[in-house]
Amino acid sequence: MALKEKALILDKNGIDRALTRIAHEVLEKNKGARDIVLVGIQRGGVHLAKRLAVKIKEIEGAEPPLGSLDITMYRDDLATRKSQPVPQATDITFDLKDKIMVLVDDVIFTGRTIRAALNSVMDYGRPLRIQLAVLVDRGHRELPIRPDYVGKNLPTSIKEKVEVMLSEGGGEEKVVILGE
Amino acid sequence: MNIIIKNGHIIDPANKIDGKFDILASDGKIAKLGKPGSLSAGGAQVIDASGKLVVPGLIDMHVHLREPGFEYKETIATGTAAARAGGFTSVCCMPNTNPVNDNRSVTEFILSQARDAAARVYPIGAITKGSKGEELAEMSELREAGCLAVSDDGKPVMNAAIMRRALEYSKIFDMLIVSHCEDSSLSGKGVMNEGVVSTELGLRGIPYAAEDVMVARDLSLSELTGGRLHIAHVSTAGSVRLIRDAKARGVRVTAETCPHYFTLTEEAVRGYNTMAKMNPPLRTANDVAEIKQGLRDGTIDVIATDHAPHAMDEKSGEFDYAPFGIVGLETALALSLRLAGEDVLSIAEVIRKLSINPASVLKLNKGALSVGADADITVIDPDAEWTVNASQFKSKSKNTPFNSCKLKGRAAQTIVGGKV
Amino acid sequence: MSSLQSKDLLGIKGMTADEIKLILDTAATFRDVSERDIKKVPALRGRTVINLFYEASTRTRTSFELAGKRLSADVINISTSTSSVVKGETLLDTARNIEAMKCDMIIVRHSCSGAPEFLSKRLKSSVINAGDGFHEHPTQALLDMFTIREKLGRLEGLTVAIVGDIAHSRVARSNIYGLTTMGAKVRVCGPPTMMPPGIERMGAEVHYNMDKAVEGADVVMMLRLQLERQAAGLFPGVREYAKLYGLNPARVGRAANHALVMHPGPMNRGVEISSEVADGTPVILDQVTNGVAVRMAVMFLLSGGSKAEA
Repeated sequence: MALKEKALILDKNGIDRALTRIAHEVLEKNKGARDIVLVGIQRGGVHLAKRLAVKIKEIEGAEPPLGSLDITMYRDDLATRKSQPVPQATDITFDLKDKIMVLVDDVIFTGRTIRAALNSVMDYGRPLRIQLAVLVDRGHRELPIRPDYVGKNLPTSIKEKVEVMLSEGGGEEKVVILGE
Repeated sequence: MNIIIKNGHIIDPANKIDGKFDILASDGKIAKLGKPGSLSAGGAQVIDASGKLVVPGLIDMHVHLREPGFEYKETIATGTAAARAGGFTSVCCMPNTNPVNDNRSVTEFILSQARDAAARVYPIGAITKGSKGEELAEMSELREAGCLAVSDDGKPVMNAAIMRRALEYSKIFDMLIVSHCEDSSLSGKGVMNEGVVSTELGLRGIPYAAEDVMVARDLSLSELTGGRLHIAHVSTAGSVRLIRDAKARGVRVTAETCPHYFTLTEEAVRGYNTMAKMNPPLRTANDVAEIKQGLRDGTIDVIATDHAPHAMDEKSGEFDYAPFGIVGLETALALSLRLAGEDVLSIAEVIRKLSINPASVLKLNKGALSVGADADITVIDPDAEWTVNASQFKSKSKNTPFNSCKLKGRAAQTIVGGKV
Repeated sequence: MSSLQSKDLLGIKGMTADEIKLILDTAATFRDVSERDIKKVPALRGRTVINLFYEASTRTRTSFELAGKRLSADVINISTSTSSVVKGETLLDTARNIEAMKCDMIIVRHSCSGAPEFLSKRLKSSVINAGDGFHEHPTQALLDMFTIREKLGRLEGLTVAIVGDIAHSRVARSNIYGLTTMGAKVRVCGPPTMMPPGIERMGAEVHYNMDKAVEGADVVMMLRLQLERQAAGLFPGVREYAKLYGLNPARVGRAANHALVMHPGPMNRGVEISSEVADGTPVILDQVTNGVAVRMAVMFLLSGGSKAEA
C-alpha cells in the first residue's frame, strides 16, 4: 500500500529553528565547544551533523571536528533480512579519546540504530561521553535509550512513517508524517 | 510349446521381409511364417501384435555385465534382465571383469552364470593377459570355451607390435579383434572431449585425435596382416572417414557406434554431469553429423550400447573421480528408432544394425527370422511414448544421461528361444 | 541493486556487471575496517563458516579465515591432511557431516573442477568457490578487479594482458569473465601448449608473442608457472620460458606508462617475473590486502538470512 503524506510537522524554518536550539543546548550543557566532536549517522544524520557544526561555529567561533558513522555491520537484523543493506562510509579521522561525542540522527524510533551506533563507536575509540541529538523523536522505543537533545517530540502510530527531507537531498525541506 | 505372433508387421532385413505376416514358433525354433490368420497350432500361446513391429531378437555386441568382480554394479542376472527389457535377446560381455576374462575358467564361469539368464550371453575374451597390453592371451582356449571375439575394451592396446601380433594370430581362427581405439598418451588424464566446453568447465580434454590416430593405426595393421578388425564405439568424424576409406580399399574392418554418440554432444557435460562422462567422450555436433552419415552410408555396421553400469556412489561426486560409462540397454532401441524419425535410416536399417549386422560381424547364426533358427524375436511398439525413469530399470545401476527424457518406441515382448 | 542472485559464489561466469560492482563497492567499506585498530565488525556474529580445503593453500585459506573472523563469524578450517578425507570419505558425505553441525557457509577449494558446484546443489549452506581445478577462482578475480579499479579508477576500456599457463589457470578464466563483463579488453598470452582450445570464444584475444601482448597494456597480470608442467612436455625449460614469457623491465616498458603489474602469488622469481619487476610493484601486496576486503564483502552479501530457505 502506498503511503501518503498525512501531516506537515516541520517546514524549512522549523527545521532551522530546531537545529539552532539544539546547538545552543549542546553548548550550554557542555559549557562551550571545547572537546566536542559531532558524528552523523549514515545517511540522514550526516547532513544534520554538518549543519550543527556550522551553527556551533557561528555561536562559538570554532568549528568542532565532524565525522560520519555507518552502522550497517552492527545491525541486529542482518541474519533475518532477505538481502543485505549496502554499507556506506564511516569517516572518523580524529582521535575520540577524552572527547564528548554528539551522535546526530534524523529520527529516533525503536532505538536499535543508536544501539548499533554505540557498539560501532566503541570499535573506533573511547570517548569520554556520548550524547545523542535527534531532529524528531517519534516514540516506540524498544531499547532503554533516550536522546539528550530533541528537535521535536512527535507522537505517532507505529504504522506511520516519519520522513525527514533535506535540501541536500535535492527537494523541498520538510518533516512529514506518512500513512495509509 | 507353440507361440503364434499375429497381425504384426515383420521386419527381417536378412530375409528381405517387410510386411504383415504371422509367425509360428515351436519348441524354441521358428517354424513358419504365413499370411495373417493363416497359421494355427494346438494350444499355442497367441500374441496379438497389431500395430507392432516383429523383428529378429536384438543383439548388443558391446555390454559390460560386471560379473565376476563387480557384482555391486551389475550381475549377469540383472544385466540380461535389462537387456531383455530393452528388446535384446543376445549380448556380448566385455572381458574387463575381475579377474579379467583372459582364460577358459573365467569364460566358463560366465557361461555357467548365464545358463538361466534372461538373455543369451556371448563372452568376449581379452586380447592380452590381464588386458595389460603386454602378452597375448590364449586365443584358442578362449574360443573353445565360447568367446566369440577378443578385446581389451576399456583400455587400448598401446603397443602397436602387440596389436599387430594379435591381428596376425587371430587369422588361425578368423577370430574377431574388437579394438577400443584410444591413444592413452594423447587422452592422458582427460575426462571429456577437448574443446571449448572443456575449456570453460576447466576439465582436462581428450582430443578427437586420441581416437583417430588409433583407428588409423589399427586399420593399417589390419591391412598389413589381414586380421579381422572391429572398431568399437566410434565417436569422431575422423574415425568415420578413416573407416570409410579403409572399407573402400577392402580392409577387413567393421565398426560400431552407440546411441549416445549420435544423440548427445559434449554440451551434456555442462553442470559437471557425471552421467555424461564416458570413454570415448561425447563429442561435437559435427561428429554427430558424420556418425549419422556413417550409419547411413554403411561405414558403421552396428549399433551397440557399451552398457557400462556404475553404482550411484561412484557417479556421485567430483567429475574427475567419477568412472567412465553409462547404462544403455534399456534406452538403446528408442534412441536408435529416432534415427528413423530423423530420416537418417529406415526402420529396417535400424533393425539391421541391431540384429543381422552384429550377428554377421560375430559370425553368430542369429539376427534373422529364418525357419529353423532360434526363436529369438522382439516385438516392438513403435508408437509407445514413455518417459525414462532410471529407478525402474532392471539394470542394477541407474547411470543414464537420459533419465526423464521422453522417448518413443519400446520393446513390448522379448522372446528368447521361444519363451516370452 | 543490493543483493546477489544466488546463495552461492561459484564463478564469475554468469554474474552481471551490477553484481560485480556491488561486491567491489561493498569491499571498499570493508577495506576501511581492516585499517582500524579494532579490525572487526559484528555482521556475521553467530554464523559458522567452514573452510573446506582439499588443496593446500596457506594464502587463500588465511585470507578467507581473516575475512570471516573480521566479520565475527566462527571460522573452522578443515584441510585434507587433518580430515576424514584420507579415510576415503566421499565429498558429499564430508559436506553433509559438516552441514549437520549447522554451519552457514562453506568455502571450498578443490583440485577437481566443479566440486563447489556439486556441493552447492546438495547443501543448504552458501558455498563459496575458493578455487576449483582449472575452472574458476572468483574471489581472486574480484580482488584483482578491485585492485585495478582502486589504482586506475576504472575497469571499462582498459586493456589487460594475462600471461602464462592459461590452460591450467582458474585465475585466468575468472578474470576473463569478470574483466570482459566490466568492459575491459583481455589479451591472453602464453605458449600454444598452455593455451586451451576455444579460449577466444570466452572473449579473450590470443597472443603467443609476449612483446605484442603487453604493448600498451594498462595491466599486466602474470600467472604462476607450475614447474612440473615441464615434465609433461608443455615447455622445454625454465630458461626458454623466462626468455619468451617472463616479465622483465624491458617488457614493462612496452606497456602503458601507468601500467600495473599483478601476480596472484606465489611468484617464481626469475621465471615468470624478474626480481626487479617483482620488487618494483607494490600492487602485488595490495592484492593481498584487498583480498581480505573482497572476501568479507562476498561473505557479507551472501549471508542474507532467508536465502538459504528460498
